[in-house]
Amino acid sequence: MATPLIEFKDVTKRFGARTILEGVNLQIFEGEVTTIIGLSGAGKSVLLKHIIGLLKPDDGSILFRGKPIQTMKRSERDACFAQISYMFQSNALFDSFTVYDNIALPLRETTNLSRKEIDQRVMARIEQTELADVARKYPSEISGGMQKRAALARALITDPKIVLFDEPTTGQDPIRKNAILSMIAQYQRKFGFTAILVSHEIPDVFFISNRILALYDRKIVFQGTPEELEGFDHPFKEEAIRSLEGLEEELTGLHSKRQFKVRYQTQLNRRELRETYAVAVFTLENLDGLSDLLGHDAGQEAIRSLGLYIDKHFGAVGGFSTRHSINQFVTVLPYSDLAEAETILAEFSKEFREEGIRAVRAVALRKSTSPECVEFAVFAGLAQGQPIVELDSIIEFAKFQQREIARLECVVGGERK
Amino acid sequence: MIQHPDRQAPGQEITIKHSRLALAGPFAALGRSAVDVINAMGAATIFLFLAVLMIFRPKQVPKIAQQVYYIGARSTTIIMLVGLFTGMVLGLQSYHALVKFGAQGALGTLVVLSLVRELGPVLTAIMITARAGSAITAEIGIQRISEQIDALGTMRIDPLRYLISPRLAAALISFPLLTALFDLIGIIGGYLSGVVLLGVNAGTYFHRVQTSVELRDVTDGFIKALVFAVIVATVCCYQGYFAHLRKDSHGAKAVGLSTTSAVVLSCVLILVADYVVTSLLI
Repeated sequence: MATPLIEFKDVTKRFGARTILEGVNLQIFEGEVTTIIGLSGAGKSVLLKHIIGLLKPDDGSILFRGKPIQTMKRSERDACFAQISYMFQSNALFDSFTVYDNIALPLRETTNLSRKEIDQRVMARIEQTELADVARKYPSEISGGMQKRAALARALITDPKIVLFDEPTTGQDPIRKNAILSMIAQYQRKFGFTAILVSHEIPDVFFISNRILALYDRKIVFQGTPEELEGFDHPFKEEAIRSLEGLEEELTGLHSKRQFKVRYQTQLNRRELRETYAVAVFTLENLDGLSDLLGHDAGQEAIRSLGLYIDKHFGAVGGFSTRHSINQFVTVLPYSDLAEAETILAEFSKEFREEGIRAVRAVALRKSTSPECVEFAVFAGLAQGQPIVELDSIIEFAKFQQREIARLECVVGGERK
Repeated sequence: MIQHPDRQAPGQEITIKHSRLALAGPFAALGRSAVDVINAMGAATIFLFLAVLMIFRPKQVPKIAQQVYYIGARSTTIIMLVGLFTGMVLGLQSYHALVKFGAQGALGTLVVLSLVRELGPVLTAIMITARAGSAITAEIGIQRISEQIDALGTMRIDPLRYLISPRLAAALISFPLLTALFDLIGIIGGYLSGVVLLGVNAGTYFHRVQTSVELRDVTDGFIKALVFAVIVATVCCYQGYFAHLRKDSHGAKAVGLSTTSAVVLSCVLILVADYVVTSLLI
């Protein structure tokens, strides 16, 4: 097994008589998105601050690429921390600086780049984070979402290898929350940094995470993939996940993944062998390209439209759906065979082409000033389900059957090519 | 009568222990306070030492210039105003005292020596503390409680280098210059009340001013100004920088109390240091 990038060994932290972390053991691997989940006040931010060296453990050790930080020489330790960037929960933007100056600050103070080079790099980040209109404004003059993006731009300006995000979506509306998570996922893929998040956004954050660490009762009680967390049996799951998880997925109005599985098991696992059902998988293609060119809001609007249409059409015939991954939805039609499902899907495709895609286009036309073309497409596939077959296998088969059902073509200066 | 421990009745030992604790209580509290004060002084000394070292790091000049503007240039109006009225009051009071001995010709001497040696450095330092020192504490305190200082650390920007050293350097530059300005305007104030209003001969006044002041008086005044600059910059920056560690309050209230503490402590230390420095220089 590869050496973890960061490893905690029996780390304990106390503030006075209060123990916040007790014998914490965890591993974080390079190039992955690792999310730390837990209830408020569980010590997630404290844990994060140990990684960047803002706090030191009372007991135990923290290893960076297998080497204890405590035993490193100062220069070596500084070199480790220099690879890390931190995005604060409160953003921690300098309120007496403009957005531009906030983003430029790390380059001005820690590099010998010329003013022109700094300007180029800052403006590139400002464009990427859609802050060009507010670059000369002060943090107090812009919205919370923009402040978050400014903090993100500042965290990424030095091209760090590790970025720590302390509750990056706190205080954001559902669309913006998902836009920020999608932005983190996209940048993580684009720049290849290791992302460590602290988040309450369950299950949304699972879509972008490779690994989940669950902090409960001062200890890490779970380390593994989001899929492995599904089968994790611990009081944490009852107390934390279910209290954090809403009744419905905020963004799309669909079931959460867990609720979806519960409903699937209750409704379909008890059926007799000959009773079949249909499973549909919908994929929004080129979400990254869409977000890159038109902004993450436009990307999330596309997902939202798709979710609303799925819910409207398939809910009416007893179907239930969930967001399966960042750009994918799964719908189960418990009372339809494959032929009937084909008909419903055809109706859905028609309406989505006529109305859903128009809503997305409206956002695109409003936001796009770029001369470049942007395209995205929605694909759908169907598969027949049987009680004895695992749902995941049926989903895989439905993915294999996917074909294009709607496409947004080039948007150039407001005209459709 | 002292009783042998073996002969103590049950419960008597506890009573004795309580009495001892009651007696020791005030001394223990005094000891704790003394240790706290010594700790704070040690921390402030290290804080000052590190801040001084960081002054000479690269990229400091623009930040120092900016702070000279905030601490120095923007204090000139208030310093001139206070200097003018201090000189005028000094001229007025001194004239009425000197006239009793028929020595009103010595007005220039009295005004200039009082200002250059004592009032100039002290009042300038107190006025800068009130105007810029309080702002320094509040600004750094807010940056501390809103995690901006932590953010600097995560960006590999040393907060002492970025926030404290430029202010310390700017204070060292601004205090002597503002003291000189205060002295100059004070002399003009003394002229206005003594010569223009009360009729002392103008030539005598300026002759006395010129002949009474020696270079040593001026350098002593500047030495005091530099000492006060170190005191004000250290106390105000330190109070803001560690506002989050206050035991008596948190958040915005901690910043408010730190600002008050910074101003009060700076003023007291200015007066104490004034006596110490004067006794060493005189």
